[in-house]
Amino acid sequence: MRKFLLFIPFVFFLVLGAVLYLQLGKDTQYMPSALIGKTLPEFTLVSLQDDQVYSKDDLPVGPYLINFWGTWCPACHVEHPFLMELASSGVPIIGVDYKDQQPPAKQWLEQKGNPYQVVLMDEIGNFGVDMGVTGAPETFVVDSSGVVVYRHQGVVNAVNWPNIKEYMK
Amino acid sequence: MFPEIGQFSLILSLFFALSLASVPLIGYWRGNRLLLEAARPLTFIMSALVLVSFITLSWSFLSDDFSVLYVAQNSNSQLPVWYKFSALWGGHEGSLLLWVLILSGWCSVVAFKIKTLPEDVGPVVLSVLGMVSLGFLSFLLFTSSPFARLLPDTPVDGGDLNPLLQDFGLIVHPPVLYMGYVGFSVAFGFAVAALITGNLNASWARWARPWTAASWAFLTLGITLGSWWAYYELGWGGWWFWDPVENASFMPWLAGTALLHSLAVTEKRGVFKSWTILLAIFTFSLSLLGAFLVRSGVLTSVHSFAADPTRGIFILVLLLVLVGGSLLLYAVRAVEVRSSVSFGASGREAWLLLNNILLTVLTLTVLLGTLYPLIFDALNLGKISVGAPYFNSVFTPIALLLMVFMAVGPLSKWHHTKFSVFAKVCSTSAFIAILSAGLVVYYYGFGFIAWLSLAVAFWVVFLSCADWFGKVSAGTKGIIPRARQLPRNYYGMLFAHLGMVVSLVGIVLVSVNSHESMLRLSPGDNATVAGYDFMFDSMEQVDGPNYVSNKGQFTAYKSGEAVAVLYPEKRFFTTRQQVMTEAALDAGFTRDLYVSLGERLDGSAWGVRIYVKSFVRWIWLGGLLMMAGGLLAALDKRYRKRAGG
Repeated sequence: MRKFLLFIPFVFFLVLGAVLYLQLGKDTQYMPSALIGKTLPEFTLVSLQDDQVYSKDDLPVGPYLINFWGTWCPACHVEHPFLMELASSGVPIIGVDYKDQQPPAKQWLEQKGNPYQVVLMDEIGNFGVDMGVTGAPETFVVDSSGVVVYRHQGVVNAVNWPNIKEYMK
Repeated sequence: MFPEIGQFSLILSLFFALSLASVPLIGYWRGNRLLLEAARPLTFIMSALVLVSFITLSWSFLSDDFSVLYVAQNSNSQLPVWYKFSALWGGHEGSLLLWVLILSGWCSVVAFKIKTLPEDVGPVVLSVLGMVSLGFLSFLLFTSSPFARLLPDTPVDGGDLNPLLQDFGLIVHPPVLYMGYVGFSVAFGFAVAALITGNLNASWARWARPWTAASWAFLTLGITLGSWWAYYELGWGGWWFWDPVENASFMPWLAGTALLHSLAVTEKRGVFKSWTILLAIFTFSLSLLGAFLVRSGVLTSVHSFAADPTRGIFILVLLLVLVGGSLLLYAVRAVEVRSSVSFGASGREAWLLLNNILLTVLTLTVLLGTLYPLIFDALNLGKISVGAPYFNSVFTPIALLLMVFMAVGPLSKWHHTKFSVFAKVCSTSAFIAILSAGLVVYYYGFGFIAWLSLAVAFWVVFLSCADWFGKVSAGTKGIIPRARQLPRNYYGMLFAHLGMVVSLVGIVLVSVNSHESMLRLSPGDNATVAGYDFMFDSMEQVDGPNYVSNKGQFTAYKSGEAVAVLYPEKRFFTTRQQVMTEAALDAGFTRDLYVSLGERLDGSAWGVRIYVKSFVRWIWLGGLLMMAGGLLAALDKRYRKRAGG
């Protein structure tokens, strides 16, 4: 009996080793969103263009994208042309100008074009916190029943768009 | 030229490590003394070659040789000279070289002291250490050589050292921490050598004790420094975050604490023999696991080096060979161990057994919390993170219980203690402790947990003092001569236990009596936090060597009198385009004032965090006391005798 007991540490170690092995190479930065399967959180934000107050009920019927961006975010420069392409092919995009200020954001849209149906100003970042945003750009897919079905961290581009498009129902 | 010399001497040292790992063992099995005696010179040559390699890399850093990829990534010509040197261990490759250097340093010290061991045991210990060195040297050479060159496209300047790491804390924290981590491989070497040679009597415990105590002291200092560094550098005002990598250093510490105590029992009474061996292996495995967690990218942490799965695989294989091999050896050989002595339920053995059980439970608690997200994810149950609430709620009660026993254990005698001895001292001191802690808690209006913790703290202090006084007042000689006669080992224990108490008091008071405010302030505004008035005097732009800084000036007043001027900064590092918060502190024995700049709001207003933290210094003061205790224990005269003497 004692003989077998002495093997316990070894067996325990092998199990632990297996778990560690399985975890190697996984992307630890990726975090699934807690919002998936839920409706959007409540908000009241001012739009960038016309200073209108928007709440959840003012958003269009889905499916549409919510895109978090900011003029301070270098990756958003990279993402912007592709968003323009999407908009011209008829994909509705709601922009959230995240932790940014009005004048540079307006200037950005004038110079580079506006892919958004409406741009909401989230200057302090409260809406971003409610949405669980960890950085910009970040994009959410909201389906026709108003439920968040997908979250994409980082730039949306031609490579990952087909996958995201699957959720646009 | 220099980097090639470094690379070459590393390769040579790998061969010497290979010989060290095999030749003395062959000598042991064949009974060949000549081969056994080769262990010492092989160790010295291996260590010297590693040292050469380390010096060449330091030279590349100090001379701004950006043709070396690792230097180009981690240093910059504008960096002050001491950071150029410490940048060597600012990244994965260099810190691994530092690890190997420290490992070979420990090997050399063991080789130097080998005469205190029996003739056939010492070389086997060195041989096991040779295997460990072989593992780390091949890890360094095959996956992460710091000498890779950027030729012919040598960059003009380097990418700079991560600003977080440009700090005094970084110069000292990793080397000291590694001294502790790596030091436990010596205890591991002794344990495995004991298994190989079948020399499983109490004597191996006696040899391993000073080494374990010394590594434990270094690890204690390393963790203390790390906690202090996080407190003043990260700008969050906390001193411990249960971050996976903090846990990675804490687990070997807990296991090492258990090992220290269990070694004492094994040495003095010849019991727990097989358990002590297992603990030695366990402690070393946890150090290796720490290395794996930091360097493989399986967990996210502020400490993580750039993730690289191939490195992860390599350490995993290393773990499998070293830990798996030794556990297998243990399973096969420990059957032969029989404890010959029995012990009573009231003897010191029993108290130390309790200590070991509780410390092991604490270690497993932290291990489970750290690895739980991994296990959860591996079973495809989704992503979770385990944070402070879990650790605090599970860890605190067990740790408090451990400290209750910490006071009683030293009073007890080996084998059997008369109940009446305990009853009187313990009940009196418990009564005084609960009463006095109650008064403090009542006066300041703290809660129940604070009462409990402070009572435990007082109780340990009373009992430790009573124990010391009992020892020095017995007999006819005066107190001072008797006090000087007590062994260093005993004072080591006293210091370590009191250090634990000092830390406990710090931890309790910081958590129940800290005040924190997040404010929006412009120059000219003032705010009151916990009886201190903070005046935001001014804000100015300052240029540093490799950054520009917004430097604020705050004056703190206590009842109208200025007590401190604080300069919190927000630094922008130009090369890396990174912003760093430098919190300003006014340290005090009973309280710290802490001002940290947050984000710039509109106009001249800033988000400002102000903390008044009571007794926070005590946490680290306790760490220093514990370290002193460990060193005293390591330097006890008994360990310096020669084998058989």
